[in-house]
Amino acid sequence: MTNMAEDLKAEAPFAKAGLAPAEGRRRTPGTGTRGSGQRKRSTRERKARTTDTVIYAVLAVLVVALMVPFIWMVSSSLKENNQVLTVPIQWIPSEFVWSNYTDIWTRIPMMGYLQNSLYLAVIITCLQVLTGSLAAYGFSKVRFPGRDVLFLAYIGTIAVPWQAYMVPQYIMMQNLGLTNSFNALILLQAFGAFGVFLMRQYYMTIPDELCEAARIDGLSEYGIWARVILPLSKPALASLALLTFVNTWNDYMGPFIYLTSNRLWTVQLGLRSFVGQFDAEYAMIMTGSVISVIPILVIFLLGQRYFIQGIATSGMKG
Amino acid sequence: MTTKTLPPVAPAASRGNRKQARRNTLIGWTFILPNFLGFLAFTLIPVLAAFALSFMEWTSFTAPKWVGLANFQRMLASDTFWVALRNTVAYALGHVPLTMALALLLAMLLNRKLKGIGFFRVAIFFPYITSLVAVAVVWNMLFSPDSGPINQFLHSIGIAEAPGWTSSSDWAMPAVIITSVWRDMGYYMVLYLAGLQAIPNELYEAAEVDGASAWQRFWNVTIPSLRPTTFFVVVMLTVSSFKVFDLIVVMTNGGPGRSTTVLSQLIYQEGIGEGKFGYSSAISLVLFLIVLTVTVLQFKIQQRRER
Repeated sequence: MTNMAEDLKAEAPFAKAGLAPAEGRRRTPGTGTRGSGQRKRSTRERKARTTDTVIYAVLAVLVVALMVPFIWMVSSSLKENNQVLTVPIQWIPSEFVWSNYTDIWTRIPMMGYLQNSLYLAVIITCLQVLTGSLAAYGFSKVRFPGRDVLFLAYIGTIAVPWQAYMVPQYIMMQNLGLTNSFNALILLQAFGAFGVFLMRQYYMTIPDELCEAARIDGLSEYGIWARVILPLSKPALASLALLTFVNTWNDYMGPFIYLTSNRLWTVQLGLRSFVGQFDAEYAMIMTGSVISVIPILVIFLLGQRYFIQGIATSGMKG
Repeated sequence: MTTKTLPPVAPAASRGNRKQARRNTLIGWTFILPNFLGFLAFTLIPVLAAFALSFMEWTSFTAPKWVGLANFQRMLASDTFWVALRNTVAYALGHVPLTMALALLLAMLLNRKLKGIGFFRVAIFFPYITSLVAVAVVWNMLFSPDSGPINQFLHSIGIAEAPGWTSSSDWAMPAVIITSVWRDMGYYMVLYLAGLQAIPNELYEAAEVDGASAWQRFWNVTIPSLRPTTFFVVVMLTVSSFKVFDLIVVMTNGGPGRSTTVLSQLIYQEGIGEGKFGYSSAISLVLFLIVLTVTVLQFKIQQRRER
């Protein structure tokens, strides 16, 4: 019983992808006797298994090909400098130079860069999630005049390329005396419209009856937000938090425009400047790249479900 | 009797409603306010200011002065503007179709229930969230003209004169496009996967009963059913192509020469680099109008198809 159900499920995606014509044709009505049916089922199983193997092989080759840049990055980070760009390519270092990973901390202030990136990413993520989920509640669960017009203004600005208004932003920050400080980046990035949009999309799927019931139970709107909606929206909160964290960690242009002194630099700026200064230190550059990617990899592996859900939610209902 | 009781009730109720409405407005705004203040000050006002600034002459050294269309005239006469516009369009023409086709292909390959399929999806998605600096730095080395792995591979399959990639003004843009397609396709694959999973299986079964081949089913069931996803993907891709900025800054910084200079970079150079606030805002407005036009156009096409 369960097996059959699984079989059906397993078949569906093949049919969807339109890549398994043989199976479909066999299911058409009026195919021969019972005996031939049995024979066909066994050929069909064999065929399905062969298709699986082929698909696995194709996928494995594909993924390895797509991962080449990462493989190259890790491999080069463990080489001597003159071993990086060799003919022919050495995929596995002849000698593992682990000292790259101990030397980099003294070559550039990597620890400081990591701390700066972490500080910015944590503050911006917390503010974005808090203000985003509050505003999303206002936009989805409280009815008041002007609400939808205001939300349109939010959506409208998502469509405006950031580059189109970075100059006025910069002038503003300059006048506030906030250039070359973390505060500029925090103010610019913590109140994004995208977070409000993502959370609202999720809150719209929570039935209003739940809020209504809580209202009758005497909960205030703030109580409903804190005790009913927030616990229900954990997946969306996780999506938003992870996406914001990764975006802030990876951001290059923001820090590039606003942070001029070395002690404020993020990992991205530090790495870029290292490449600019010592462009022949291939191995050490790759070591720095690996270190800059590791935190993202860890976070991604812990919460990959939420990344993909977040993208699917914000994407499909847009 | 009813006529006597009715009048007093109605105003009371509407007064109650009005009170409730006022209360709701207050509550609604307290929820929105923390985000809205930041949004107003650092997004909405700058967006509006960008429009106004594009009609003003304003540099770091002079006071703002209304000059009408002078900034636009200067822009249209500027050679660099046209080069940047052409490069941006070239980038979009490469990036949009390639990313879309590969994302769809990957999504169709990965849209099946197999053990460990999640691993493949995650692996293909990962480049999208890898930091751009690391991506640009690695690809720059892969593209290294003499002994980079890509040219070594090209040599090994018999291409004697492999391109110079980022050191050649003809090949720098293709190199940037390849890198960005590699980075972005995982993201759009996720969107396409969601789209594919929303197609009802009955459609395929019906097509099979009608004797449609796999190819016919792809063209007549999959592609039409994916139209809303494709619309969204095209708009997102086009918008992101016209905004391309950091990848180019880190990978080629617009060079060699001006061969990869794009509009966003020009805005940055003129506005923040040289402090020509008015002039750079005029370029921003063009960038915005292009993005807007593409979005509206796509929207119209989508609507016409639905009809």
